[in-house]
Amino acid sequence: MRPAMQETVSERRSALRTAPGRARDPYGAQTGWRSVARTALPFLVVGALWEITAHLGVFPPRLFPPLEDVAAALVRLTLAGILPRHAAETLLRLLAGFGLAATVGVGLGIAMGRSRLAEDMLLPLVSIGAPIPGVAYAPLFLLWFGLGNVSAVLLVGFVSTFPIVFNTWTGVKAVKEIWVRSAQAMGADEGRLFRQVILPGALPYILAGLRLGLAQAWRILVVVELLAAVPWGLGWLIFGAREFLDTDVMLAGIVVIGAIGLLLENVVFRRLEQTTVIRWGMMAA
Amino acid sequence: MSRQRTRSFVRGMLALLAAAAAYEAIARSGLFPRALLPVLPKVAETLLDMLADGSMLRHAFYTLSRLLAGLALAVVIGLPLGILMGRLRAVEGFFLPLVSALMPIPSLAWVPVFILWFGLGDTVAVLVVCYAAMFPMVLNAWSGVRSVNQLWLRAAGAMGADESALFWKVMLPGAAPFIISGLRQAFQRSWIAVVGAEMIASSDWGLGWVIYDAKEFLNADVMLASLAVIGAIGLSFERLVFGALERATVLRWGMVGTANE
Repeated sequence: MRPAMQETVSERRSALRTAPGRARDPYGAQTGWRSVARTALPFLVVGALWEITAHLGVFPPRLFPPLEDVAAALVRLTLAGILPRHAAETLLRLLAGFGLAATVGVGLGIAMGRSRLAEDMLLPLVSIGAPIPGVAYAPLFLLWFGLGNVSAVLLVGFVSTFPIVFNTWTGVKAVKEIWVRSAQAMGADEGRLFRQVILPGALPYILAGLRLGLAQAWRILVVVELLAAVPWGLGWLIFGAREFLDTDVMLAGIVVIGAIGLLLENVVFRRLEQTTVIRWGMMAA
Repeated sequence: MSRQRTRSFVRGMLALLAAAAAYEAIARSGLFPRALLPVLPKVAETLLDMLADGSMLRHAFYTLSRLLAGLALAVVIGLPLGILMGRLRAVEGFFLPLVSALMPIPSLAWVPVFILWFGLGDTVAVLVVCYAAMFPMVLNAWSGVRSVNQLWLRAAGAMGADESALFWKVMLPGAAPFIISGLRQAFQRSWIAVVGAEMIASSDWGLGWVIYDAKEFLNADVMLASLAVIGAIGLSFERLVFGALERATVLRWGMVGTANE
């Protein structure tokens, strides 16, 4: 799973280097606020271009609203409690599906990494399912499990299982043979070997797999919410707003979707990595 | 070793057969309606029918042309942008925050906005694919250029390579493993984006559309047949196109170990 690892590496780098207050300090003269200003500049430029285009009236304002309308929609919907509820329902669905995927995926991956028989039998099945993009399964799931939450959660779980299985499997197989043998020589039994050598040894890969799985789940959840016609959810919000040409609501929803995605990636997983593999010195910060 | 591999292969086949048999048994048990859980011969028959009358090929053709158009657009924009970001600090400082902010937004979330702006049809699908493929391209080109061994650059410079030779003969090949892996990821994401976009911004042709449309008529056999085609196309791209690309470049240059096992 070399591509998978590389993806996480490049994504992590970009995250690291844009985190506020953490920007690179090339000449030793950049202080906190200057790096913040440098990060803010591109957004100001793009925002200004957007404003000019919107106010020139090239496009109908309904379709291309100025940013203050989007901000107003964001504030209005947040205060009315509509946006938080949509976001909460979406997150709940994401967590349910991802929790399912993490449990099944890590379990299967470890079994495949440890047992030759499990590897031989499961690998063809997993390899057949993996290259099919997750959304393609959506109509099938809807047909089998009906419209609504069950389909949405199962589909999200199903889709994010694949990267988790592959990375866990690779990780368990990548644990250095010499660690296993030295632990055995020092008298570790099967249980301790697993908990104290194999699991920590495979953890960088498992975390990379979880991160990829969550990212995939997040990428398709929006469209799954539309197709499964769930009553609440950010995906439903933006697709529903299309009917009424509420572009400001759609863009406000997209902003929230982006913010949650950024948060999941940078806060949740970075924290998890810092307390485990980075602290153990298995991966550079 | 070869006995081991034979055994692995036999076990894999047995597992697939067992899965197929289990499916067939459930489908034939009559617990679920035939329309929802068609037996495998029926799926195969549908697949052959659709291949024979050319409709499946036409769906695949439409999907692939949308995908390749979007992917090409993403490469044309993303690759130079990523390389520039890796080379010029000012470009990097400007675009990196934008890329980091836009990347976590799923491409399919833009579908309703794009439909409003560009109407239903091909433009939406192509743009969504382009959006999905752009970020892996940019980020990998950027990391690739930055990870080129400084020693190579200095060695080439010392041997008298000028700026353009340095770029074409050292920088670009040096970044190739990253760029190819970016292309792979871009393709995977494009695949998701094109199928999703076809479902929502429906036109009359396309694999995503045919799967979604089959739901209305409870044609689970059409769905499964289309899924098989989607999987086959994805797999052959991954193995044949990208595999060949890697063998012709980074593997031949000895820059990465054998990729697929």
